[in-house]
This record gives sequence, C-alpha cells and structure tokens, in this order.
Amino acid sequence: MDHEKVDQILDEHQGKPGSLIHVLMELQGEIHWLPRDVLMKVGEKLQVPFRQVLQTATFYKTFRLEPPGRHEVHVCTGTSCHVRGGRRVLEKAGEVLGIAPGETDAQSRFTLVEGNCLGCCTLGPEMIVDGEHHSGVTPDDVEDILKKYE
Amino acid sequence: MTRMSSAAELEKFREDILSSRDPERLSVAVCSGTACLGRGNAGVLRAFEEEIKKQSLGREVDVRATGCHGFCERGPNVVIQPEEICYMEVSPEDVPEIVSETLAGGRIVDRLVHTDPDTGEKGAHANEIPFYRNQVRNLIGDNTRIDPRSLEDYLAVGGYSALSRALFEMDPRGVLEEVKKANLRGRGGGGFPAGLKWETARNAPGDEKYVIVNGHEGEPGAFMDRALFTGNPHRVLEGLIIGAYAIGSGRGFIYTRHDNPPLVRNINTALEKAREAGLLGENILGSGFSFDVEVHFDVGIFVSGESSALMRSIEGKNPEPRPKYIRTSVSGIWNRPSNLNNVETWANVSQIIGKGAEWYAGIGTERSKGTKLLSLSGVICNTGVVEVPFGTTLREIVYDIGGGIRNGKKLKAVHFGGPMGGSVPERFLDTPLDFDEMSRIGAPIGAGGMLVLDEDADMVELTRFYLDFLTNESCGKCVPCREGIRQMLKIVGRIGRGEGRPGDIELLEEIAEVSGAASLCSLGKTAADPLKGALRYFRDEYEANILTREVE
Amino acid sequence: MSEIQLQIDGKEVKVEEGMTVLEAARKAGIDIPTLCHHEKLEPYGGCRLCTVEVESRGRTKTVAACLYPVEPDLVVRTRSERVDRIRKMILELLMAHAPDSPQLVELAREYGADRNRFEKETSFCVLCGLCVRYCAEVRGKNAISFINRGGQRAIAFIPEIAATECWDCKECFPLCPTSYLQAAYALTEALSFPERSSRTSQGA
Repeated sequence: MDHEKVDQILDEHQGKPGSLIHVLMELQGEIHWLPRDVLMKVGEKLQVPFRQVLQTATFYKTFRLEPPGRHEVHVCTGTSCHVRGGRRVLEKAGEVLGIAPGETDAQSRFTLVEGNCLGCCTLGPEMIVDGEHHSGVTPDDVEDILKKYE
Repeated sequence: MTRMSSAAELEKFREDILSSRDPERLSVAVCSGTACLGRGNAGVLRAFEEEIKKQSLGREVDVRATGCHGFCERGPNVVIQPEEICYMEVSPEDVPEIVSETLAGGRIVDRLVHTDPDTGEKGAHANEIPFYRNQVRNLIGDNTRIDPRSLEDYLAVGGYSALSRALFEMDPRGVLEEVKKANLRGRGGGGFPAGLKWETARNAPGDEKYVIVNGHEGEPGAFMDRALFTGNPHRVLEGLIIGAYAIGSGRGFIYTRHDNPPLVRNINTALEKAREAGLLGENILGSGFSFDVEVHFDVGIFVSGESSALMRSIEGKNPEPRPKYIRTSVSGIWNRPSNLNNVETWANVSQIIGKGAEWYAGIGTERSKGTKLLSLSGVICNTGVVEVPFGTTLREIVYDIGGGIRNGKKLKAVHFGGPMGGSVPERFLDTPLDFDEMSRIGAPIGAGGMLVLDEDADMVELTRFYLDFLTNESCGKCVPCREGIRQMLKIVGRIGRGEGRPGDIELLEEIAEVSGAASLCSLGKTAADPLKGALRYFRDEYEANILTREVE
Repeated sequence: MSEIQLQIDGKEVKVEEGMTVLEAARKAGIDIPTLCHHEKLEPYGGCRLCTVEVESRGRTKTVAACLYPVEPDLVVRTRSERVDRIRKMILELLMAHAPDSPQLVELAREYGADRNRFEKETSFCVLCGLCVRYCAEVRGKNAISFINRGGQRAIAFIPEIAATECWDCKECFPLCPTSYLQAAYALTEALSFPERSSRTSQGA
C-alpha cells in the first residue's frame, strides 16, 4: 500500500469534512480497499468523527472494507438481465467461485459483485470481469469464462 | 480556441465552422454507446481508421466515435452521413468492404442493412427503417452527427444559439416564462412542471442559489440519460446554463454515476471546452452573467438519485433523504435554494428557448408536452433508446418501433417506473404515453424505462425482484420502508414458491398501505407500487399460489 | 417569533412559529406516541409512530408530527382510523424484532397490535437511533455508529472509543427501548476489551 499517496490525498482535504465521500472514493481508487486504520486517519485529517466515517464507508456498496481479489466479477442483476436469467448466472458464479456476492475467495483471486444495471440491457445477461463484457451469458458459460482469469 | 465575448463572435465562429465543412462530405459515425462498445465497436472504429488510411480516403471522409444511436439491439451500429445509411451488427471484418463499396464507390452493402424480420424488406436509410422512422428524435437525433468531445460539432448543429438568445435577447424572467409556457415537465420521474420549480427557487430568499443536473439514473433498466449525456453533453450543459440564468444561480453541480468512464470523460471535456470558449465561467459570452459547474459522483446506491438525498451527498454526507416538508427549491444544498432537474429535462431547455414555447407545446398531448426518451428492454425485438412525442400509444411503441415480441410470443405486460412503478396488461396498449394517463392506469412513466414482458413472465417473481432491489437500496432509516419491505419481500417470496398462506394477500395490502402513507421519502412511499399494480391486474397469479388446504 | 394558530383534534392551539406539530400537541396536553424522539436530541423521523393526519389548503396528508412544522390554520388529527392503522402496523413490524419491549407492549395494547403478526426476526434492535444520536449530540463521544443500510442496517459500538469512554458513562443505556444496546455493549466489551468486564458487572 502506498502510504505516501494516502497521506497526500488526506493532506489535500485536511479539515474539510464535506470532502468525506470524495476522499473515500479517491482512496479506494488508489489502494482498492479501505482498511480500518486508513478510515481512522480520514476521520482525524478531515475532522469528521470516526463514527461518521464508518457510517459512510459501510453505507455504500462501492466502498470495500476488505482486500479485493485480483479480478472483479460483476454480474448484472438489473431488471432486464434478471428477466433473461441473470439470477441463475449469479448463482452459478457463486457456486464456481465458492463465494457469495460481496465476498472474495480465500486465494484472493476473485471478488464477486452483484450489480446495478450498467445500462447495456440489450446485451444481458451480462457478466463483466475486470471491465471486460461477456454478453448473453448462460450458467453453462460461467466456468469457461472465469477459467481465463488467473 | 479564443474565448468569445459576444453573441456576434459566437455566430462568427459558427459560420466559420460551417463554411469550412462541406455538407456533402462523407462521415462515418461509429456508435460508442455502452451496448455497442460491449459488442466490440472499439474494434470497428479502429478498423475504419486503418482502412480509410489504407485506401487513402482520409481527406474525403471523417470518422467519429459518437454517442448512442439508439438501436442497441442491432449494434455495433455504424451510420454513414450525410445520407444516414445505417449499417448494423458491423464487425471489424466488414469494414474494408464498407470503405471500398460505400465510401469510395457510393454503393450500399446489402447484407449489413436492416431487414424486416417479417417482410424481408430492406431499409438502408434511417427513414426507411421503422425503428427510426417512427420516432421523433429531437433530443437524441444529433448523436449520430456529433463527436461528444467536439465543441465545434455541437456548434455546427446549432448548439449554444439558444443560450445566446437567452442572454442577449431575453431577460431571466422572460426565459422562465417561456419554460413555464412550454409546460416542460420533469423527465426524471416526478413529472413536476420545471418552470414552477424554477420559479420557486428564483423567488426564494437568498443570494446564492444552485442548479443541479441529476445524472444518477439508478432505475434498473433505464439507460437513456446515459445515452444522451454521454453522446451530447453540451446539450445538457446549455440547458443548465440557461436555467441558471433564469433562476439567478452562479454555481451548478452535475451529479453522475462513478461507474461510467466514457460519460465522466465526455462531461469533463465538455466543461473544459465550454470554459475555454467563454460559454461557461466568468462573464459568459461577455453578457455579464457568470456561472460554473462542479462534477460530483454517486457511490453506488439507488437512493442517492432522490433529490434531497443527492443534495446531502453533494454536501459530503450520507444520502439520507429529508422529508419534503422543506422544499429543496427553497432550502437544499447547505440550506440554499437548489433547483434539481433530470438530464433529459435540462436537454429540452435549449429547444424551448431556441424554437419557442409555442413550437414546443405543439408536440405532445394537452398536459404532457414535447418528446420523451424511453429505454426499451425486456422481450421486445428492438431493444434500445427511443424517442417519441407524448401521445404516442404504447402499441405503436411496442410494435411499430419495438418490432413486437421476440420468438413469436404474446405480450403479457409492460412495466414502467422500475421498482417504483407498475405493470399493465395488454389491454392497455392503446393508452397514449402521457404522465397523467399512465399514472391513472398504474404505470407511471417514471424515468422512462419500459420493460416489455411476454406470456412466460412470472408477475409474482417480478414483484419479488423489485422488493429485493429496494431492500438493498433503502437507506434503512424509517420503519415503514425498512421493515415493511422486509416483510413484504418475505411474504411475496413465500407466495412465489407456491407456499402462500390464506391472508397473505390481505396482509401485503395492509403493509403496502402503511409503507405508502408513512415512509419518510418516495423510495419507501412507492416501494409497494409494483406490488399494488400486480395485485390490481395480476391478482390471479398471486391467488393461485395461496394454499387453501392444510399442508401435512 | 410570530404566533401561529392551528387546530389539533378540534382544539384551538396557539404556538410559536418554528415549533413542530408534536411540540404544539404536547403544549396543548395532547399525547402523540413516539419511540425515536427525545427532547435532548434533534427530531429524527425514523419510527413514524408519531404519524398524524394534517389538512392544509384543502389537502390532507399523513406526516411525522415530530418533524412537521406548524402552519397557520393547520388542522391536525392525532387519531383517526387511518392513523391508528398505521401505528398498529408499525408496532407489529417492530414487535417482530422486540416483542417484549415495555414501550411497545404498552402501545400495542392501546392500538390492538398483535405481537405475533410477523415471524420473529433475528435482531431485537429497532434502530430507533437513540443511542447513536445521544452519544453524538449530547455526549459528543461518537462511540456508537450505524453501519450498513437498508435491511442490513445495525448499530455497532466502536471498540476503540468504547473502551475508554463507556464504562463510566452508559447514559445511553436507559434510552434503549429493547435492551439490545446493553447486550451489544456487553458483547463488544467481551470481545474487544475484556479486561474491563469485571468492572462492568459491578457498576452496571
């Protein structure tokens, strides 16, 4: 973890409680998750009670409070994908990876995320791995798709 | 880019652009909307650039990566201007042929044009394709003509002339009156008259006022705001600046999703270029009016699309909605008057000011004016983003534009409004698209996400799905919403598994009454609406799953 | 501050501008049930038990009395068939979590709420937020936090703060309508700073 970068981001927003969400986003973008000690630092630097930082960090899906896997598997569970069988794709992915949505496997290889509609409803059911789109996915496709990622 | 400081300079700049462009010049518009990108249009774009270079046509042909064309189902989409030849499902391998046949040779590549699935009739030009022909693309039509990162392209199609008119030929009050006269109603789901909202903010005490673009688009199945905003950010920006002028605001906020890099890039580029050109920032076009904008991001939650929650978010707090006893137009961000409107609402403003309220009010129905963007999804043949005037019937949208139902199935229902909306059965298909008519039948338009369902759709499961969505999206503050949804979800789940108990439907209706009446915000208040709608029209599916005898 | 005249349950009431309907009702001796409300704290509007019917400018709506500001000529009904149905349901929803809470039991009697209407939930916290808010607003210690959202929302002690601040404070304990708070504290203590445990069992 790049402690310098973390400090840099925090220094920029020192004493600005209004920047809380923005700072958490930037930090997560930089170090990919938000360890508790970093959250405490955020509170101190921005002059926000730790309680508020914790409340905000746990409130949003986007913020990860545990180290993520090397690959993010995002299965869309928006309405259109759902109507086309998205739920079964998510279940299969969970089975194959041995984890539930929101979790990371023990080897830190994959994090499974069930997601908000990303607006490509035409392509569903949609599974996006590391930003790469896999469209019209059926449960049978899942294992083959995931095998490709180390 | 020199900073312009008068209306005349703007017009001169526009003239220069137009005179340097040959209207007959060929250009290739490669759709870079989400769906087309997902199908590999980046490769198609590259192929065009390479092939055009290879065939030495670089001086005759422009290639543009544009925003969403709308026909997502048939992407990757490519449109050749100025004839508006539409090629569909284009792959990089098709490109050399397109370049030599169409661009160099002026011939159509038949296998890549639209073919009517029933008649086999081919349509190469947009006006020969029912999907496009039956729309009125006042907002999204420009997507095929402009590169979203180019200010010049936007100016070439008449951009910012409305702003110039507002600043130099009208006063703020006049602009406000025009928007009121046009009866522009909010496109984000509320359908509230924008002019009245603006007026409240304008008249509210205080010197510092804010205008906000709600670009959150959290409703699952709605993707038209992103299509519009990514494809034509200046259109939205222009409306925002005009609105700010009318209200007396010097500072604006664009609130958008964090998970769409092209959208964020295009917005930032548009802001940068507008500032450079003197269309945004201090002393816009030398008019004396100053206004600038900041971009904020959501953090992955539906409720942050709710206006008061969104404002909390801009302040850096949790997006917990405030009860509407305090109108945000009077006391919003940091307790100052804040006018929030949806992306599509803002995009309508420039045509109202540019072409006049009377022209605008000539489109649509008595109480719903203008056109509406819809995201067609589900089991319809032609999924994508469409634009129709209010008053168009659902039947026309489903069949004339949507191409009917896939796999020859029967239409069962159409659902509007996502998790806060409702489904209506086939017999309502002749209802005109209209805010009030649709509300009356129980399928309020919402943001415009239109989900089409066929005979195989399980209406109990759809209700369960929406409740499940809301259970995660509710902020959890108030009891009727948090606990109400929790219990409704359990019961509907039980019914969905065929294990409904006698009294379950009545219990659902009781809970729905309370969540509707006592919740803090509209998420809670409308959470039970899909359920109410389902019980209104598809009650038999629920009743069929209630066990009427004791189970061993 | 100007005076405002409004009507509550048929009674004419004169109060200061800026007051809430709840405050006005209490001033007039009219009782409206609450759970998440506390005079020392900012009104929260979370439990919605204080829902009342208000009529103004010809329109009737249901609002939370603890938050709704008084208006001239407002007509308020603190009891009606609709209001009672709402309160009954809220109580039943809460009793799925805390069927034995004395406050809820008493109110359930008055509104005919059935403690067994819904299957029992695993957590007996009703998320009234009194503990979180009291610690933040009155004590300024911020030792308890809300975490997560929606159906997953919960309260959690922050061990780093609770370890030093709570053992000789505990002012929030009597506020909890369900005793979940005390249980949460005991668990936090046992897991995070067990060396304090013996003192707690003596001083609690």
